[in-house]
Parts: sequence; structure tokens; C-alpha cells
Amino acid sequence: MASFTLKVNGKQHQVDVDPDTPILWVLRDNIGLVGTKYGCGIAQCGSCTVHLNGNAVRACVIPVSGVGDAEITTIEGLSPKAEHAVQQAWIEHDVSQCGYCQAGQMMSAAALLSQNPNPTDKDIDNAMNGNICRCGTYIRIKDAIKTAAKNLS
Amino acid sequence: MVLGFNWLVSCKPAAENVVEVPKEWFNINAFVKIGDTGLVTIMSPNPEIGQNVKTAMPMVVAEELDVDWQNVVVEQAPLDTDLYTRQVAGGSQSIRRGWQGLRMAGATGRRMLLEAAAKQWQVPIEELTTDKGVIYHKSSGKSVNYGEIANSAAQIEVPENIELKDPKDFKIIGKPTKNVDGPKIIKGEPLFGLDIQREGMLISTIIHPPAFGMKIKSFDASEALKVNGVKDVFRVDTAPEEKEWSDINAFPELIAIVADNTWQAMKGKEAVKVEWETVTPGESSEDHENALEKAILSSADEPARKDGDPETAFKNAAKVIEKIYSAPFLPHNTMEPMNFFAHVTADKAELVGPIQTPESMRKSISSLLKMPLDKITVDMTRMGGGFGRRLYGNFGLEAAAISKKMNAPIKLVYSRADDMTQGTYRPAYKITYRAALDENNNLTAFHVRGAGIHGGPVFANRFPAGTVDNYLAENINVESNISTGAWRAPRSNFVAGAEQSFLDEVAEAAGKDPIEMRLALFERAIQNPIGDNNDYDPERYAGVLKLVKEKAGWGKEMPGVSRGVAAYYCHNSYVAQVIDVIEENGKPKIKKVWCAADCGIVINPEGAKNQIEGGIIDGIGHAMYSAVTFTDGKADQENFDRYRLIRLREAPMEIETFFVDNGIDPTGLGEPSLPPVMGALANALYKATSKRLYSQPFAQKDIVMG
Repeated sequence: MASFTLKVNGKQHQVDVDPDTPILWVLRDNIGLVGTKYGCGIAQCGSCTVHLNGNAVRACVIPVSGVGDAEITTIEGLSPKAEHAVQQAWIEHDVSQCGYCQAGQMMSAAALLSQNPNPTDKDIDNAMNGNICRCGTYIRIKDAIKTAAKNLS
Repeated sequence: MVLGFNWLVSCKPAAENVVEVPKEWFNINAFVKIGDTGLVTIMSPNPEIGQNVKTAMPMVVAEELDVDWQNVVVEQAPLDTDLYTRQVAGGSQSIRRGWQGLRMAGATGRRMLLEAAAKQWQVPIEELTTDKGVIYHKSSGKSVNYGEIANSAAQIEVPENIELKDPKDFKIIGKPTKNVDGPKIIKGEPLFGLDIQREGMLISTIIHPPAFGMKIKSFDASEALKVNGVKDVFRVDTAPEEKEWSDINAFPELIAIVADNTWQAMKGKEAVKVEWETVTPGESSEDHENALEKAILSSADEPARKDGDPETAFKNAAKVIEKIYSAPFLPHNTMEPMNFFAHVTADKAELVGPIQTPESMRKSISSLLKMPLDKITVDMTRMGGGFGRRLYGNFGLEAAAISKKMNAPIKLVYSRADDMTQGTYRPAYKITYRAALDENNNLTAFHVRGAGIHGGPVFANRFPAGTVDNYLAENINVESNISTGAWRAPRSNFVAGAEQSFLDEVAEAAGKDPIEMRLALFERAIQNPIGDNNDYDPERYAGVLKLVKEKAGWGKEMPGVSRGVAAYYCHNSYVAQVIDVIEENGKPKIKKVWCAADCGIVINPEGAKNQIEGGIIDGIGHAMYSAVTFTDGKADQENFDRYRLIRLREAPMEIETFFVDNGIDPTGLGEPSLPPVMGALANALYKATSKRLYSQPFAQKDIVMG
């Protein structure tokens, strides 16, 4: 066990965990932010997508010892009152079915739009390729990203 | 920090003109609570797996209660067999089976409110009207909000003989309505079983045998117990004495690893050394292939259905078309892996988590723990997917057994590999179709023989039964030690694609348009059906085909577009689809899916469309990319690195859905759009590539998509 200070959603959190603990489980079990989901544990499904200094990463494979001073943003911290353009577009398009993968989807989408405010279809395909949705909400996800892009411009 | 998890947590809809949160609530009945401000709580009785019944079922209650939807708060009901019936998510039946009861619950509530107002104002009840949660007495100009009269209404005796609304007066039913949990989902609020956190809760992982046919011989936990946070490692038997239908489980005996947190429990699991023993021989995919092949080359002891004289008709045929189709085992792969919370003490058991069959789970747990039913509660969380996997609650039994042993609240967490290799798969199937055509290219005989692991896939009384004079249907069971179970649209999820691909070949061989050929068969079933137990309505079947034909502009020249069509009936609903495939960088790409559906009255067009789209994408994905194969009883795919699920770039670019508007009582939509799309896809890809597809997953060897 070792002590780490993490910056999550703009707040400092001190946690006492094994250094190899993936940040997914630190967020969920230690900090109590369960919006970030476990799906595969090997960075293949995207359910655990969070932002590390604004970049979309898979929290299930990044050990807490590797985070350092980097800023972690989770779905709970994407915006203070769920008014991020991506979150609003997700409501407008009624994207969710079971909803389990959607936090990861939204975090990937938000990172894409912060780096590329006007993504082409191809850009969206590439950015979202790491996020699986078994319910099959992909068309709505794509439409919602386009709406969010429009509302951000 | 530990977060409290309240599955009953309410959420006020985010809209303007929403009434205040009440100080006091009045129970009108099991479905309806009305607050003193007029805010209404409606209980959603059935498990929510993403099929959106948590929005649709309360909409039906709200309609008859006649309240403003924006003043409705929805709560998930607990398992309560006294208050609710059929609290199951399965078979696309929640809406169909719930329809009448939900309407009655709303209408009874409204009637009680009216009676209370009539009594208070001393006026005849017939003079009262309601609108959006307010009762009006026109002649006196009086009005009262439901919230103000709810206390009196709650004292009224529950009335019988209630009149229901005329569907033409529906205001909520038929209106596109957003997912009631949407606002929570976008904030990442705790909604799912895996999100449960409780004071003092431990986390358990499990080890099940690595291959079907194996069981635990011995294990050594000494290294695991040295892992930080690991509390205990033990063998646990989770088989209930009395089995419910839902107790399908190839691995009732497990090793449990209990730790303070999830990562420690996962690390502890890696450190356990287990010796396994073989009970029955491990099977490989080649064995399944051979066994299924052998089965369809034999014949069933008894035909599932036989009309006319198929043997003679085939002998006299001018042309016989015969094809074989196959599909692999499929894990469900809900995005939320199996998990459950249990707190078992000496005198009671509390279970919370994702379960499609809470009532069966409670019975099984009662048998396992030897504890009376009334000491056991099972509460349902929102589920990160179901697709049939969560009909089989082995994980709940495991959680209960582990909690009992630890004498502590525990949350059982499966890894993806545990989940994908646990079994309860969609069975592997093989099916052979034969069609006889006479010299005028009329279909004179039809023969289907299907074989499947733990049961053949054929529905003997479905189309084309009833449309052909000479018909033979056979089902052959193939035994295996690999466990199988219901998977979104059981059996239909294979048969539809095979049958609809075959009919496309028959139409081609007959020189007929595939839609016209099907319509002619339905016409036969309408005018002069063969047999009297055909379990479909040929007019509704033909109706969806005609609708998709019209909407898609079937038959018109579309340069660069290859089209395929399919139609299927299952779960009491009818679906027809046309798929347009184009070429992109020399490879086929799905441009658009046109879908016509007849599920009777559409409660929530927004959710209904989402279900249709999801079923289409899910169906295309599994037909195209997904399979689990076996080597000596061990699954060759354990995670999403080797197991493919469809991804965003592979989804159709567009789906357009049309509903038949016929006012018939509603039927389900969680499953019916999936089965036919596998056929429409194969038929469109044939047009695009001149290659017929017989063996799923198509993309494994036969085709590369753009």
C-alpha cells in the first residue's frame, strides 16, 4: 500500500492503495465515483474512458502510480450540472438503452470535440472505435456527436 | 469515502412548470403514489435491461390516470409477488402482458380521485372530467388538483368495472418520450448493480473451471492469502436443492476470493493455484460441427409438423433447392459483467442487483440457503444489458453463498473473462432447407430440419408453414456439456436469417421478385391456409412487407446500391427490412436499413425506434463478426481482444423505421428487429458480391466489409 494524491474533477483526493491498482478501481472503490465503468479490464471496450489532462484514456489499464500530477476528469466532472454539449446531445437524441457504456462513449466524444470541434464522419468513426455498445446505439451516438459539435461552434 | 446506494432514489424530471416536491405522499395503489403537490410517483414493475420498459410501462399508467407526464417520477418497484405479476424481463413480453394491468392501475387511481372529489363537492361523478392531474366540475366551475384530493382518494374502496380510455383519446401513449433515467445516465450516477457500495461491504471474485466438463479437484490459496486485502479464499457450492428453470449453470462449484476491494480480489484470484479434474470430455468446435452435421443428415424421430406428402412432392419436383446454414455459440456479453450484492445473516437475506427473473432467483436462493421466501428480498437495479443472460441468476446464488460464508455484505464481481467463459450461450446451430418448385416455378414442397445444442431451432408452425401444401419440419437435439440458454430472440436469432436467406435463393431460382414471392405465399395463407395451427397472422406479416416495399421504393433502379429484403414474425410482432449496401473503397458497406414493424399500438415511439435500431445493429454485428469457439472444452475467446462485437464504424449509416398504425393491443419490441436483419444482410451482400453467405459469422472467412 502507498499513498497517492490524485486530482480528480478539480479536487484533490488522497488514497491509500496498492501502486498497481488501475485508476478505474481507485475511482470506483476508493473515491466513490462509480460513473466510470468496468467492461473488459484490457482497454478493449472503452467503458472506463476518462480524461487524463484532457485526453481520452482507458482507466482500467493505467496504474495509479503512473498518474502523477495529471488531471483526471470523469463523467461526474465533465460539467458541473450536466450541461456539456455532449451530455445535452445525448439527451436530445435519447441515445441510451441500457446506458452502461454511455459514460465512456460521452468521455470519448467530449475528448474528440475538444481536440477537433468539427469532426468528419471518418473522424468520429476513428475516435469512437474503442467504445463498444452492445445495445447498438451507434447511430444515435454519431448523431449526438454531430449535434454537440454544432452546438459548440 | 463510501457512497450510499439507494436504488429507490427519485429524480424530478428537469422541465419547467414542474410541481414542487411533496411533503406527504398518498398510496393510491401498488403502482401510484400521489404527493400533496400533485407530483405523481409511478412504480415500474419489471426489470429494466435497456429495453426501456421503465419509461413505457409507467407511461401506460400515467395515460389512464390522466396526469401530466412532466409531473411523473418513476421508481423501480421491488420484487413483490403480492402487488405485481410477472416481474420478468424476457420474451419481449413486459408491455404485452402488462398492458391491461397497467391501464387498470391508472384508471382505478383516476376513478378513486374522481369519487373523492364527487363526495367532497356532493355532485354526481359523471359530471366530473380530468385533464393533466386536475379534476374539473364544469357547471360549478370547481377544480381540484390530484394532490389536494389524494388523501381522501386513498381512503376510497378500490373500484371494480372500470372504463378504460378510448385509444383515440391517448395523450401520453404514442408520444415520443425520453428515457426516464437519461438524466442520471449522462451524469454517471450510480444506477447499476456494479455501482453498489455499502458500509462494510467486501468484494468477491470467483474462479470457475477453465473448461466445460471440468471441476475443482483441489486448490492452494497460500499465495492468494498473502495478497494485500485478501480476507479469505474458499470453495463454495451454489447449487440449490430444488432447481428453478432459471438454474442453468455448468459450474455450480466455484472458488471464491474475498477482499477489501475489487483490485485486491482480482489480484488474489490470479494467485490461487487450482488443480482441475475432468468429469466429462472437453469438446471442441470441430466436435460440435460434426455432431450438428450428423444430426441434419439424419431425421428426427417424430416430425415437428407434417402437411401433405412432402416425399412425393420432392420426387415430382421440376427443381429442388437445398441449402445448409450454420451459426456458432454466442455469449451474451452484456457490457456490465455479471455481479450481485448479497447480505445474508442468520435470519434474513438481502439481495440487490441486475436480474431479469427476480422471483425465480428468490426461490432458488430460498432453496440454497434453506431460508423461507419471506425472509429474502431481491431488489432490481438498472441493468447494463440483459439479452437473456440475466434470466439465469447463478451469480445471485453465488453472492448469497459467499456472503453467508463470510457473514458480511459482499458484492460479487465477474471479470469479463469469467463472464464470457461461463456458458449459458446461444446454442450453435445447423439447419437444412429444401424447397420443391414445379415447372411453373410454384413452391410445391418445403422441408426444414434444424439441429441445435440442447434443442433444435425450428418453429414448426411459423411461416412458411400454412402456405405450402407439402410441408415437413424437424427438430433434432444435440447434447453437449456446454451450457446454453436464451439469447435475445432465442432460436429466431438463427432461424430467421437462415430461412430468409433461403427464400431469397428460392425466389431467384423461381425467377420471382423476393417480396412478390413472399406476398403470394401470404395471400395463400390468407385465402386458403394449410393446417389450422399456424401461429402468425398472414395479413399483418404481409402488411409489414408491403410497408417496407413502399417506403424503400423496392423495385426502382438504384445505381450502386445492392438491396436485400427479409421479414419475420416473433415475440408477437412483425418486422420487415430492406438493406441497402454500397461499395466503399472496393468493399461493401451498409448504407441504410429500412424497417417496417407491426407491434400494435406503439407506447413510446422514441424508445420503440431505439429498440428497433439496436436490434438491427446487434443482429448485423453478431451475424457478421461474433463467435465463441472451443478447444477441449475451453473457450478460445475470453475478452474483447479476440471476441468481436460490432463497432460504430461498422454500423449502418442510417436506419429508418416505420410503424404500422392499426390500434391493436401492443406487443414487444426488445427482440423482433434482430432476427430478420441477418437474412436481409446476407441477401443484400449477395447482390453486392454475388456470394451467398451460409455460415455465421460472415466476416470470419466469407466477406470483408468496408
